[in-house]
Amino acid sequence: MSGTTLLKETGPREVFCGLTSIVWLHRRMPDAFFLVVGSRTCAHLIQSAAGVMIFAEPRFGTAILEERDLAGLADAHEELDRVVKNLLKRRPEIRTLFLVGSCPSEVIKIDLARAAERLTAQFNGQVTILNYSGSGIETTFTQGEDGALKALIPLMPSSKEDKLLLAGTLANPVEDRLKTIFNRLGIKNIDSFPPRQSTELPSIGPGTKVLLAQPYLTDTARELKDRGCEILQAPFPLGVEGSKLWIEAAANAFNIKKELVSSTLEPLILRAQKALKPYIEQLSGKKLFLLPESQLEIPLARFLSNECGMELVEVGIPYLNREMMRTELELLPEKTRIIEGQHVEKQLDRVRESNPDLVVCGMGLANPLEAEGISTKWSIEMVFSPIHGIDQASDLAELFARPLHRHNLLSHKELETA
Amino acid sequence: MELTLWTYEGPPHIGAMRIATSMKGLHYVLHAPQGDTYADLLFTMIERRGARPPVTYTTFQARDLGGDTAELVKGHISEAVERFKPEALLVGESCTAELIQDQPGSLAKGMGLNLPIISLELPAYSKKENWGAAETFYQLVRGLLKDIAEEDPSQPKTSWKEEGRRPRVNLLGPSLLGFRCRDDVLEIQKILGENGIDINVIAPLGAAPSDLIRLPKADANVCLYPEIAESTCIWLERNFKTPFTTTVPIGVKATQDFLEELCSLLDLEVSNLINKAEQSKLPWYSKSVDSNYLTGKRVFIFGDGTHVIAAARIANEELGFEVVGMGTYSREMARKVRTAAKELGLEALITNDYLEVEEAMKDSAPELVLGTQMERHSAKRLGIPCAVISTPMHVQDVPARYSPQMGWEGANVIFDDWVHPLMMGLEEHLIGMFRHDFEFKDGHQSHLGHLGGHTNQSAETSREINKDAINQTSSKEALLWTPEGESELSKIPFFVRGKVRRNTEKYAIQVGCKEIDGETLLDAKAHFSK
Ligand code: SF4
Repeated sequence: MSGTTLLKETGPREVFCGLTSIVWLHRRMPDAFFLVVGSRTCAHLIQSAAGVMIFAEPRFGTAILEERDLAGLADAHEELDRVVKNLLKRRPEIRTLFLVGSCPSEVIKIDLARAAERLTAQFNGQVTILNYSGSGIETTFTQGEDGALKALIPLMPSSKEDKLLLAGTLANPVEDRLKTIFNRLGIKNIDSFPPRQSTELPSIGPGTKVLLAQPYLTDTARELKDRGCEILQAPFPLGVEGSKLWIEAAANAFNIKKELVSSTLEPLILRAQKALKPYIEQLSGKKLFLLPESQLEIPLARFLSNECGMELVEVGIPYLNREMMRTELELLPEKTRIIEGQHVEKQLDRVRESNPDLVVCGMGLANPLEAEGISTKWSIEMVFSPIHGIDQASDLAELFARPLHRHNLLSHKELETA
Repeated sequence: MELTLWTYEGPPHIGAMRIATSMKGLHYVLHAPQGDTYADLLFTMIERRGARPPVTYTTFQARDLGGDTAELVKGHISEAVERFKPEALLVGESCTAELIQDQPGSLAKGMGLNLPIISLELPAYSKKENWGAAETFYQLVRGLLKDIAEEDPSQPKTSWKEEGRRPRVNLLGPSLLGFRCRDDVLEIQKILGENGIDINVIAPLGAAPSDLIRLPKADANVCLYPEIAESTCIWLERNFKTPFTTTVPIGVKATQDFLEELCSLLDLEVSNLINKAEQSKLPWYSKSVDSNYLTGKRVFIFGDGTHVIAAARIANEELGFEVVGMGTYSREMARKVRTAAKELGLEALITNDYLEVEEAMKDSAPELVLGTQMERHSAKRLGIPCAVISTPMHVQDVPARYSPQMGWEGANVIFDDWVHPLMMGLEEHLIGMFRHDFEFKDGHQSHLGHLGGHTNQSAETSREINKDAINQTSSKEALLWTPEGESELSKIPFFVRGKVRRNTEKYAIQVGCKEIDGETLLDAKAHFSK
């Protein structure tokens, strides 16, 4: 283990629940619909996080439980069947329907697995109905994607062929780019999970080598392993260093010649480092505080400290999967302070005491910190933006340099007008 | 179970948060899972608040459920009281905690804390945000004042005249995430000041619990937003004999009525300030010759109760529009909105389903939509200009500039906001004159937005409507529009074209005509107009 300081904290948390993943999952698989079985709170959460109004007919919705649904479970199941039938009649283009569990549905124990089975049978293979939990009592923010992917795994056909599987949602252009690079290395058989169409699930089996593109796929990785896949140990593809090691992990697994790997990656690395330079100037020596939210905090901290020279005050993370983070932890500077869990009040006290230059946090906390004169970056932006891979390293750095740049710009102007 | 793709109102505990966050010196302990903390962003992002809402979420997890969640709740309560030192504490639960029945309110009361504790019961599976806000405000006021109320149940009130001072009133109802409340309060304060009326307390916005204790000192209550303050006003009237206003001062006429009502409640002579039309520019702007083109413009109105009722009156009486449809998502205000609609010969639409609202909008073929941000999006899809008049709040509804809806200045703002999306009079006249010239693209509307892309959009819309019509009549055999028929159709103003196309096709099917030409169009028109 490396010399990081791992601490745990409990108390009031300020983290989204797993339902939030629907915001990017529905865009990844346009033929899928995400139906939350929950309360008005769940509906309100998703619409507040996703800016739903821009869609005429969004591909997600909430079956809102009402008083009488709480009275008897039998009726709740009947009601759910009715809602699903109406929905699918209205939206015949839907191929996969995810029933997404919420805190209320779990507390009253609506068995969504049973409902999914029953409904799949009723729809006779026209639509596949699956279920997973996005509830706040079980999951945080990005864990919703883990649940959705895990639910898809049983439907993936088996095969023994050698292939590379990229697991975790990536922005489409980034994914294409990464595939091009693997092709240049001679790795041609590459699939992505989740696929771009929910019905085009890749096959998996003993020949499948999995590169995790996102750090929050604990259950998915386990299930893939159970299906015989090999999970490659690597850091995550954020920044030049992480992306290089990530690509090399695949190259090693496919026995690609070292020379080919370095001759392919070298020019990309040189170009990326050049593009990073102006941002390193802005970021280097600046103090960074990451509040827990997306589970991307550790790889981001590693990139921003190792490649951009930022000083890590504290790295908050909703939960720590040591196995998955092993390589990342080894790359972090000695004595990096990592806090698992949260006591938001105490953590904000520490933010104020340490007076960082930049805080990565959730949307609820950003303006209050800005009002105290502390620059912030929304963590939710990391899950929407194309930030993965060597070529994207400078774009990733720019996301963090921008608030600092803006801060300087405005305080400069203030001086002038004063 | 109700399928909801989007909802106008959040759950009732969001309403409670609006009250807590609007006030000072109040803290809210909310028994809720971690995901419910999203609610903070409503205040810090939409309202751009520079402070976190004064809310402690217990963020219990599944693994806590087997153990003692009651201890967890108590721990959070004592920590919050210690850290934030509030004057009073609200304690309640969100949807999930309601199911596990820890009764955090009673737990808090049993802790021997030395501050007023208001326990909130807000049924999450049957009520919504505005109801939750009203209930919270009412419970808070009642909780803080009930001892005083019981002390002097029937003591006669001394009037301001007897006390030799100016009359004073409370402004009740303004809150965060309420539509333009920040500026309405300033405007009403100014107008009341000019009329010799002082402000006693403004609440909940900006008030502390200790201010609420002073509520009974007012000679009258101004109920600015019945959605939030009506139940509190009724309770104050019953317990302290403080009368309250029922007119909401949005629009010139309503502002005049409001001042008259308030003066009569206060036994104050109606100041001649009230009737000076030049207090607002709306009446003259509406009378000026350019506004001729506003005559009979068809408007569709949807939103919360207060703003919809006010908008209908302004549209009808002050701008000379024709209200062709109106409704509200607020069940609590349904009765009032129905009554207002009836007066205009309409049936109010009461629904929380935005798709139903969009359908109604389409059917009534308006030229202007006054609605929420959601109606703005629907109207955009249909190619109809729109102004936003009501919550739910969007960051655009919190403008940097002063822009109230209430009072004289509010009427000015309303005139601009509603009329600018439309075409200016002279401009419309010129376009009407030249509309058949090739330089003029069909659907050209105004120099203000709606240009570019608009033409395509409206073509798309009519295609869509056309598709609907065919689906509706479920006639598989295609109806053929002759080129001449199409050309006649294109001369009909775009906003009713969809409806005319639909009606004509319906008529053609009825009479068994397969080809639609100009004559069929005229026949259909005659058929439907009888
Ligand atoms: S935390 Fe639970 S109740 Fe709250 S929005 Fe998430 S799933 Fe729904």
